[in-house]
Amino acid sequence: MTTDVPASSSTERYLAVQQSEEFGVLRHKLRSFIFPMTIAFFLWYALYVLLSAYARGFMSIKVAGNINVALIFGLLQFVTTFLIAWYYSWYAAHKIDPLADDIRAELDRDTRSVR
Amino acid sequence: MAHLLAAEASTSTSRGLTITLFLVFVAITLAITIWASRQTRTATDFYAGGRQFSGFQNGMAISGDYMSAASFLGIAGLIALFGYDGFLYSIGFLVAWLVALLLVAEFLRNSGRYTMADVLAFRMRQRPVRTAASVSTIVVSIFYLIAQMVGAGALVSLLLGIKAGTTFLGMNANTAKIATIILVGALMIIYVVVGGMKGTTYVQIVKAILLMSGALIMTVLVLAHYKFNLSTLLGDAAGQSGKGDKFLEPGLRYGVEKPGDALGTFYSKMDLLSLGIALVLGTAGLPHILTRFYTVPTSRIARKSVLWAIGIIGTFYLFTLALGFGAAALVGSKAITAQDKAGNTAAPQLAQALGIDYLGGETGGAILLAIIAAVAFATILAVVAGLTLASSSSVAHDFYANVVRGGDASERDEVRVARIAALIIGAVAIALSIFAQSLNVAFLVALAFAVAASANLPAILYSLFWRRFNTSGAMWAIYGGLLAAVILVFFSPVVSGSATAMFPDQDWHWFPLSNPGIISIPFGFLCGWIGTVISKEDDSAKYAELEVRSLTGFGAH
Repeated sequence: MTTDVPASSSTERYLAVQQSEEFGVLRHKLRSFIFPMTIAFFLWYALYVLLSAYARGFMSIKVAGNINVALIFGLLQFVTTFLIAWYYSWYAAHKIDPLADDIRAELDRDTRSVR
Repeated sequence: MAHLLAAEASTSTSRGLTITLFLVFVAITLAITIWASRQTRTATDFYAGGRQFSGFQNGMAISGDYMSAASFLGIAGLIALFGYDGFLYSIGFLVAWLVALLLVAEFLRNSGRYTMADVLAFRMRQRPVRTAASVSTIVVSIFYLIAQMVGAGALVSLLLGIKAGTTFLGMNANTAKIATIILVGALMIIYVVVGGMKGTTYVQIVKAILLMSGALIMTVLVLAHYKFNLSTLLGDAAGQSGKGDKFLEPGLRYGVEKPGDALGTFYSKMDLLSLGIALVLGTAGLPHILTRFYTVPTSRIARKSVLWAIGIIGTFYLFTLALGFGAAALVGSKAITAQDKAGNTAAPQLAQALGIDYLGGETGGAILLAIIAAVAFATILAVVAGLTLASSSSVAHDFYANVVRGGDASERDEVRVARIAALIIGAVAIALSIFAQSLNVAFLVALAFAVAASANLPAILYSLFWRRFNTSGAMWAIYGGLLAAVILVFFSPVVSGSATAMFPDQDWHWFPLSNPGIISIPFGFLCGWIGTVISKEDDSAKYAELEVRSLTGFGAH
């Protein structure tokens, strides 16, 4: 692997950044979004698969005309997927990207001054 | 029945048109490929298309790589024959993108360079980890490749109207199949060897536009036929299927209730859960999808490209509802199974039926059939090119440059080896596909997904998010998940001991499920954990570098 950072000082610098408060905030904001959200959509999807396997009576209830609960549940998976994707992109752009930009800008400045 | 007879009458019209349209597609994409080859100078051009694609372009290309024959022909066929259960595939294939979006795409783009192994080997000992990643990349790609090419071979005789006993250009059905596989294989090698990632990406974009347009036209025609009333369409499909309301509910194909056979019912339901897990976790471990994230300049644009892909792929899978239920209602399962027992020709047959009704009789039917058939070939061709590129990149960049040469290969050398590898992998895939013609296409795709989810995904997630993860853990995760998935499938009823098995006359199966995911995926994660804790290797500094770079994009290539 090649890196743009001088090898001698880079190890300590990465460790220092990783331990820094700003990076801690960035990591917390990121992980506290992506991990719970992953668990949530996985459970929601698992519920759908489990209902398809074990709750045939419920899934076959007709809601309107020939449109039954199974179809609505399936289409809801589409809706939640679109919504989660959109919400993540909004959250990342507003809450994560600015923090990441600050830290990277600082690293870039340091790299230039080392050279 | 009427449509089947019409099919015979208009075969020669649509055959000529299919060939013409397909040749037009080949000519256009070859021209793009040659143009792209003139722009391909560095290794970054060859592996990552120069990292210059926009979010929308890459989103289209991801969609093109992802929507394979299994998505277009397979799902439409499954819905047409088994109703609601086919839709389960659509949902799993789509929801899977959230794993890629939230956990993989941006971090991979920030910390890697050309291949999946760049991230896996970032803080590990290079040689063993890159070798393992290369092996699993090739295994997944080859299974996926064979599935697509066997699909192409099986389709050609149907789409070009060559049946047993008839000939085309002096070839019987079997020779024509082999000729098609060789033709598709040769074209895919040319795209990859000549055009590299840049050429292949444009081929994916063209294919995605064609596929979305074709599916949209058919969806609008189907819905128009039912005056845009979904309920009427579903009712007609259920009525035509002969299975009534059951056709609109889960359970005809997967998780079947077997009266008086409690164990059989249990296994069948487990199989449904297993398939569901493999579908949703497989995508983020597919090598040809992962390499796409490197074709854009930054991780922000990688995120944008996944958002586009989710939009495009989600829309396409909504179309599959209309295509599948439309085929069930307007073509009928009898006419579909008469052409292809697995239902793979449902979509083209629907196109023909719609053309006859809306585009002026049989000529119209022949024209729409020809267009959709050409789109299907374009779909297969583009996907195999993407797979060949991903696996040859891994051979050249991971195995040759970093394992054989220990990291001191020149760029020119690496790209030369990648081109040779594409040639060899393409040739191997062609040969295997010819011998594998009797294999079930869905089985191969499901295995590719299960292997990707069992071997690649645990290693990727542990690498990115677990400080303690180390070389030993990566090896255990990749080889453990890979072996578990492959061994369980080998001893499953898909390979032996059932009427639909690869070897129906023999029986060595002891694993009751046809998809190994529910066992092999947790097993892969468990192996990764065991391998990690039994090794003393623990490099906090390297993890600090990976974490800082993957979260901030600092030092990204």
